[in-house]
Parts: sequence; C-alpha cells; structure tokens
Amino acid sequence: MTTPKVTSMHDAIAELVRDGDTVAIEGFTHLICFAAGHEIIRQRKRDLTLARLTPDLIYDQMVAAGVARKLIFSWLGNPGVGGLHAIRRRIETEELARSGETPLELEEYSHFGMVGRYTAGAARLPFFPLRSYFETDLPRANPLIRLVESPYGDGPVYAVPPLRPDVTIVHAQRADAGGNTQVWGLLGCQKEAAFAAERVVVVVEELVDESVIRADPNRTIIPGLIVDAVVVEPWGAHPSYVQGAYDRDNRFYLDWDPISRDQAASAAWLDEWVHGLDGRAAYLEKLGADRIASLRPGPAPSGQVDYGAYR
Amino acid sequence: MTDAFTKSEMMIVAAARELAGQRVCFVGVGLPNIAVNLAKRTVAPDLELVYEAGVFGSRPARLPLSIGDPTIVTGATAVTSMFELFAFYLQRGLIDVGFLGAAQIDRFGNINTTVIGDDYERPTTRLPGSGGACEIAINARQVFVIMRQSARSFVERIDFRTSPGNPGGGADAARRRRDQGWNGSGPTVIVTDLGIYHFDERGEMRLDSLHPDATIEHVRQTVGWKMAVAPELRTTPPPTAEELRLIRVELDPGGVYSR
Repeated sequence: MTTPKVTSMHDAIAELVRDGDTVAIEGFTHLICFAAGHEIIRQRKRDLTLARLTPDLIYDQMVAAGVARKLIFSWLGNPGVGGLHAIRRRIETEELARSGETPLELEEYSHFGMVGRYTAGAARLPFFPLRSYFETDLPRANPLIRLVESPYGDGPVYAVPPLRPDVTIVHAQRADAGGNTQVWGLLGCQKEAAFAAERVVVVVEELVDESVIRADPNRTIIPGLIVDAVVVEPWGAHPSYVQGAYDRDNRFYLDWDPISRDQAASAAWLDEWVHGLDGRAAYLEKLGADRIASLRPGPAPSGQVDYGAYR
Repeated sequence: MTDAFTKSEMMIVAAARELAGQRVCFVGVGLPNIAVNLAKRTVAPDLELVYEAGVFGSRPARLPLSIGDPTIVTGATAVTSMFELFAFYLQRGLIDVGFLGAAQIDRFGNINTTVIGDDYERPTTRLPGSGGACEIAINARQVFVIMRQSARSFVERIDFRTSPGNPGGGADAARRRRDQGWNGSGPTVIVTDLGIYHFDERGEMRLDSLHPDATIEHVRQTVGWKMAVAPELRTTPPPTAEELRLIRVELDPGGVYSR
C-alpha cells in the first residue's frame, strides 16, 4: 500500500509549482490539463518556462496572463482553427513595437525533437539522436540542435539535449490514491515527460481503488513511485477532451480566436473565467449543464483480456 | 452535379488520385485528411492511415477537427506513443507518403511553415513551425504537398527552410540524402487549386496537368520563378459524380474544407 497523495488543485500547484520553474503540461490534443493551467494563472506564478509540443490554447492563456518568460515547443497553433494570438503578440515585430511588451523567449524543435528531449530526460541520457533537421534552418534558429557523427562511423545524425522539467502535469482518465495512473486513447508523450520531471502532478477524471489498477496493469503509464500529487478534477481537461468521457469543445477553440486577437478581451476573459472563479467546480457551473452534456460521446467499450491467475 | 465543383474539391480529388497504389500514408488535418479518406474509398482501398498523434490503421467515423481528434482512435488498428510513431513507423521507414502543407514553397519543393520575414527572432508573421513536418519531409518515402497557389506562397526564395525538398537540385539532393541516411526521396507531387506538379531530373517543380478552367497565364502570375511546363501538358479530368458524392455526403458534409 502506497502513501495517499490526493490533494486539492490549489494545494498541488501552491506546493509544487514555483516561480521560475520549467513546467510541462503535456497531452497531444487529448488530456490537456486546463484546470492546472488556470490554477497557475490564479496563483499568479511568474517567470515560468513553459514546455509542450503544441502550446495550444492553455499556453496562449497562460502567456496572456503573464506567467511565462519562455516557451519550449514544436508546433504553435490553435489546432484546426488558426494562430495563437496572445503568444504571437509577444513575438511579432510590429505587435511588440505597438505593445512595448517584453519579447517571449523561444526554444523551438520539431515534434520528434521534443519527444526525444523528454526521452533523454527520462532516461538520464546526455542527448537523443535523430534523423531530422538535415538541410533545414532549424539548427541555425536553435543552436541546441547539433550535428554529431555516429561513434560507429556510419554518418551524421542530429542531437537534441535532454529536457528535465521541474514539474510535469498530466491529465488522465484514472489513478489510485497512490498515483498509479492509467490512460487510454492518444498517449502523446506524457509518460516520457513524467519520468523526465523532478516533480509530477497527476490530475484525473476518476479516483479508483488500487484493485482497479491492478486488474489491468498494461494500461498503467505512470507509476505512483514518481508521482507527488493526485488531484481529482472531473472535466479538468475541458475544452480539450478525454477519450471515452467527453469530446473536444470545438466551439471554445473557435471562440478563443477573436478573444485572443484582442489584448483587452483576453484580459477580460481571464478575469471572468479564471481569476473570478475559485476553481474547476465553479467553472463547470458557469459553463452550464447543457454545454457539458452535449460533449458526451456514445459508448464504444473495449473487449476484455484475461491476465490469468497464476498461484 | 458533375459540372459544378469548387477549386477545393478539384484539389482534393486530384490529390486522392495521386495516391493510387500507395499503402501507408501519414495524414494531416484538413484537405489532406479528406483526400486520403477519398483515396481509400476509390483508388487505394488498402491505404493505411497514420496520424502523428500516435495512431496506425485509423478509421475515422467523422471528419477529424484536429490532428488528435478522438475519432481517429476508436476502431484503429493500433494506438502508439508519439515516440513509437516517429521512431518505429516514420524513422524506421514504414511510411510511403507523407502529406505536408506550406506557407511558402520554392522551385525545389523546400517548405517554410515557421516565419515570414528575414529575422527569425523578430518575424513579421509567426507561423506554427515544424510540428512533425521536418522529419516527415526527410523520412517519408515520398512527400505530397497540397496548398493553394499564390504569388505570396510560390516564391523564388523562402524566408525559412522548415522542411527540405530537393536542396541543391536533383543530383545534389540525391547525394545529400544518401550521405545523410534519409528514408525519403523528397517531394514528388504538388497539388494546388490550379494544377498538378511533379519534379523533373533537375529536382525542379514542373507543371504536368492544368485543372479545368485554370490557365497557364494564371499559373505564371502566381509563381515567383519561371515555372517549367511539361511538353505535353494535360488537363486534369474533372471530379466524377461519385467523387463529389463521397466528398459532399460522407467526408465533409458541412463543407468545412471543400467549399
């Protein structure tokens, strides 16, 4: 029996996310923990380096709220909709001249480069080799992407450095009180990002008994061994989705586009939906039962496997 | 219904037909997604759909709204981590065709999706960046590009090279690929709203087929270099009634990408 790690979102963020940290809220379109991002905004953390393959709306909101100093990423967009305008305002030359804001620092890779960085971080390797970046301008834009020769004499490969976040936050379908975490659907690189991190926060739709985890050990992606806090926050990934539980709220992604294009509108949105609310329960109440109900999918259960009893 | 079709429908149909005989295809959202699903229902029934989010053998039941839509998971052959997808499927050399989009493209098929402007750090316009495009361009056996054509996108010099095409031209590009151990042979097909392009022995884009209603003059006005034209320039056959039915009824009933 492991030590219970269940805590509130407020306490998990207050204790485990510190000003100046490198924070990774991972999840590739699936399982993006907006609830944790909003709590970081609410607690007015500062000077964070935000790592994520796809910054998505959550980092656009966090940048708009002023919590970030730097981004480490591989694809900067509102998926299926367009740009991330709060972030672009801190990068593009005319926008910066107009606003007088401090430019956001950028450290840019490709998807495989980011995945490789987490993998090297998780395995405590000095670098990760990959056959990307040849004949591109990316190594010039980011000098941490370096060409190396294979020690076995079979040609060049590129190397990326390990990424070891101070904190990785992942959302999941379920975990037990000890932090043993199970996910199904797209797996992204949450496992790599969690093992790479110094501290790990798991946010789940459902807290389950340890026996539920043990009945299906192949589905466990993160062991409680590396988890510092378990937060139970149903719908905590809204407006992204949770396989089998709710769909992406596409209206939200479309609505964010005009809001994010306007600095004042973005600030007003943050006041209304983040600072003006004390947590996820209030957010859901404000969103409304009808909106939430419209996102539930029909059933498509998996078949069952028999692990066998070996005594 | 057969005689009236949109430019986007013509692009989708032309790209789908180019997939005849292909087996494993790395799919993007939007136009590529519809093109690949159309090909699976017409010229390439055995096509395996791979999504960078970590899905092999996907059978989306609706038009995916993003590259990681839950519909690409339900009913798929395999869900993998992104590490496995990029390492074991793409870098291992299992992908026959990768689809890319582009904000800017040059005559050698080099692609920019990173920044517009000369200064990477302070660009005029910040674009999304590579995502998986850079490694797809290097390690998919062939690369198909689907994009709308304009003087702003078909340029003499791209502002940033995100994904390589045929750097240095035909023979030079082939040598570099060999020396650097790529799986890919670079871009092979560009489908636009005006026509279909393949690459000649110099590694340069060549107009091989003009869509109905498009003209050579219009093509020349929307290309920033002197475009090579095939000696026997063809006219792309218009979409058939069945191709249009599949797009309008099954694949994009809302007309999100095809209108």
